[in-house]
Amino acid sequence: MDVKAINKLFTQDLVVANMGLESFADNLREQDVKAIQIGWKPPAGGDPKLVAMLDAIEASGVDVAAANAKAVKNMMTSKPVLMDIGVALDDIPGMEEKMFLHAGPPVSWERMSGPTRGAVIGGIIFEGWASTPEEAEKLAASGAIKFDPCHHHSTVGPMAGIVTPSMPVWIVKNEAFGNYSYATLNEGLGKVLRYGAYGEEVNNRLQWMKDLLAPVLKAALAAHGPLDMKNIIAQVLQMGDEGHNRNRAGTSIVIRELASDLVKLKDFSKEEIAEVFDFLNENDHFFLNLSMPTAKAIIDSAHNIEGSTIVTVLARNGTDFGIRVSGLGDEWFIDQAPIVDGLYLPGYTEDDAARDIGDSTITETAGFGGFAMAAAPAIVKFVGGSPEDALNVTKRMYEITDGENTIFQIPILDFRGTPTGINLLKVIESGILPAINTGIAHKTPGIGMVGAGLVDPPMKCFTDALAAFAKEYSNKK
Amino acid sequence: MKEIYVEKDSYFDSVVLMLINREIKKIEGVTEAVVAMGTPMNLDLLGDLQMDNDEVKGATPNDLIIAVESDDAAVLAEAMEVAKKKLTERGSSGESETYKPATLDAAVNTYSDINMVVISLPGAFAPSQVRKALNQGKHVMLFSDNIPLEQEIALKKLASEKGLLMMGPDCGTAIINGKPLCFANVVKQGPIGVVGASGTGLQEITCSIEKFGSGVSQGIGTGGRDLKSEEIGGTMMLMGIEALKNDPETKVITIVSKPPVESVAKKVIDALENSGKPGVVHFIGLDGEDTANVRFAKNLEEAAKMAVALANGEKFERILFTISDSEVEAIVAKESAGIAVHQKYLRGLYTGGTLADEAMILLNESLGGVFSFDHVDKNYILKDPFKSTAHTIVDLGEDVFTNGRPHPMIEPGTRDDRILLEAKDKEVALMLLDVVIGYGSHPDPAGAILDSLQLAKDNAKKNGGYLSIVASITGTEGDFQGFAEQKRKLESIGIVVMPSNYQASMLVLKIMEKVGK
Repeated sequence: MDVKAINKLFTQDLVVANMGLESFADNLREQDVKAIQIGWKPPAGGDPKLVAMLDAIEASGVDVAAANAKAVKNMMTSKPVLMDIGVALDDIPGMEEKMFLHAGPPVSWERMSGPTRGAVIGGIIFEGWASTPEEAEKLAASGAIKFDPCHHHSTVGPMAGIVTPSMPVWIVKNEAFGNYSYATLNEGLGKVLRYGAYGEEVNNRLQWMKDLLAPVLKAALAAHGPLDMKNIIAQVLQMGDEGHNRNRAGTSIVIRELASDLVKLKDFSKEEIAEVFDFLNENDHFFLNLSMPTAKAIIDSAHNIEGSTIVTVLARNGTDFGIRVSGLGDEWFIDQAPIVDGLYLPGYTEDDAARDIGDSTITETAGFGGFAMAAAPAIVKFVGGSPEDALNVTKRMYEITDGENTIFQIPILDFRGTPTGINLLKVIESGILPAINTGIAHKTPGIGMVGAGLVDPPMKCFTDALAAFAKEYSNKK
Repeated sequence: MKEIYVEKDSYFDSVVLMLINREIKKIEGVTEAVVAMGTPMNLDLLGDLQMDNDEVKGATPNDLIIAVESDDAAVLAEAMEVAKKKLTERGSSGESETYKPATLDAAVNTYSDINMVVISLPGAFAPSQVRKALNQGKHVMLFSDNIPLEQEIALKKLASEKGLLMMGPDCGTAIINGKPLCFANVVKQGPIGVVGASGTGLQEITCSIEKFGSGVSQGIGTGGRDLKSEEIGGTMMLMGIEALKNDPETKVITIVSKPPVESVAKKVIDALENSGKPGVVHFIGLDGEDTANVRFAKNLEEAAKMAVALANGEKFERILFTISDSEVEAIVAKESAGIAVHQKYLRGLYTGGTLADEAMILLNESLGGVFSFDHVDKNYILKDPFKSTAHTIVDLGEDVFTNGRPHPMIEPGTRDDRILLEAKDKEVALMLLDVVIGYGSHPDPAGAILDSLQLAKDNAKKNGGYLSIVASITGTEGDFQGFAEQKRKLESIGIVVMPSNYQASMLVLKIMEKVGK
């Protein structure tokens, strides 16, 4: 009988993890014993069905831990690089001449939220398929345009996430795995298409972006050469951004990186280049449309791994919230999108808010955004007000992730890597939902952003995914 | 009406302004409010709301604008004041709350030096956590009960493969490296290692060891079924003995359990015999043959006394009382004198299960049958556990009493109620009690029942008799309730406090014999 471990214990200082009655921990502390109280809660509110599913997965013999380790390793070794600016129809795989991409899981025109409808109307006008909103609406309802989720095309879109065929798109390549990802260029704040605005101002800006902004940036990027996005994300986390709701540092870095190549451009006038500089300078969120495809390029390397419970998509369309899980292929697990608990811009209240919307939650799946909240003290007001609240958000996310990022680090946590790789099983077991920072759109098409805040994804998406996983894998071995 | 205020060159973060905006809108009577920097977008908004003036129109993104609308001038003034106050308020980082990991994995990742996991979760959720802890290489104390036997078998098998402690389930007491865990007492460290399948048994033995001037190296709990189930086969008891055998601090090994199944008893005795260290065994209510290395004790206190004698290299002498015979005679004389003819019966009201068992076994035969909750003789099982019959000893920590109520060691309510019930029974001559102190127990278990006991004594007196109350305290002076203080409280109303449960039971017997019951 080998009891060496017990005899070793007899020579050590007792260090206790206490689960249950907290007074046991208090009593130990009184005796100068280090005691850590675990804030354990029954899995998903103590639902015995879920416990049974967790047990069934454990008993199935599928090596979930190994599959997840592979998924997380792929994320860590990913090498996302900003390559070029292309055109949606030419570059996005599967894009069609009469197709619009949108954020979140699949949704029909009839079920689309206000902001998504507004953005579709704006997109139709931008494409020149209609000249009035009424005409555009009629066309959208006619079925002549195919609506498909961005995620079905390696693409991500903030808020409504509408991508139309002739829009310019960023092209990011994951050099380690060869996969690509795409996103439009960010329009700025206020009345913008992604928040469902479609007026003349919106259309003029979209045209300007297509005609001037995109060509200028494309040329500058070509002269500069590909941008190492992973390195830039690592930098911004040390400069007070979390890459989702704060992108001030990221935007600044891009301007800095491209500045010299921009001013050397020969095919554009000084005035035109200055316009581009001004546009970048006025839009703190310009970098969001780069951090998102970067996240997408990273997380796609962890998708479709047999036996993995890593969550690879969190996405909303203002109607539904959907998730995907690595080991469950392209199936969506869907529930109604929640209302965001947030702070509102002057003039607006919660009554104006659309349901949660956008693909920007891709940043959280890749190990930044809300998961790196501790890195962004400037926006702690969104999560309760104090820097300690922000630290606790990140600390809580370590509970549901399988890895700590080797590149993305948080200075205030002693350069601990960001929590990376959301494990579905840990979400269910701990009852802790992924922390998401997000913007809030007005529920009426055409108005735009009304606030920003924190949102909990619906637990049902995760419990449904668990059920599917238990079903899929319980018979495999 | 509206009030508009512009502060030039005063930049505030938009999130701060959104928060203030929200606060102001909450004020009753405010119909509209905008607190914002003078960006073109905000100026447009203020224009749309007709909340601008010339000053606003000339504002820049570096200028702060506060615009409030209300029908009430007082409300306007209040809103402006709140806004300005909030703007100058310094944020505090809030309460310094330490972060609680939500899962064992996270705790272990953050605190790699964790070496023991104490689990008192509801039974349905405990086994998976035990498995996790063992797989992480951590020792476990499983306080939870309602764990199916097959789960216990599987978990102990895993623990044994890994060479880790899995104390429990339903393990209430352990002392590891001198540190009491859950329900346990502050006992001096010393040469005696104890492995116990009974919580209060372990407490009574370890406290008695200190009382006899020695100390405890380790007190390992096994859970009550460890020796009672053939399949478990004393796994944790055997591992405990093995660890104490290898432990240089341990000179004597003492074990305690309710009567084991025969095959397991043999394995355990063999292990003790072969440990090369003197062993003391107490199987509650079951005697055995001493062997070269192993001695059988007849009660909990004796187990401690034997172990201390062995540790000190002294000869063990079996004695009934640790106080002098004359003292005992004096107490018996005093306690029996006032008991009236109509007072016939003993009522033992316990909070510690093993202590209740011990008293029952000691008194059952001599008193010609004692009713209890789980008597081996069916004729002496209480028909209604809430109603005493003739001589009765009950463990008020039984599930039937604690259903929906805390255990009487933690919260004396169930015992207090029972004392009041017994106080109404004229036939009661004697009450026998345990008072268990230490960590986990009520902060003042003696004090909490004192009024009811006084009332019981008063009732007996009113009825022309005398109620004798005999108690013992399981605990040490190091316990936070203080042994001496608890004793003083009991004695303050004339309760006889004996040095052990065994001696208290034997005193009761003497008193009952004296009054001829």
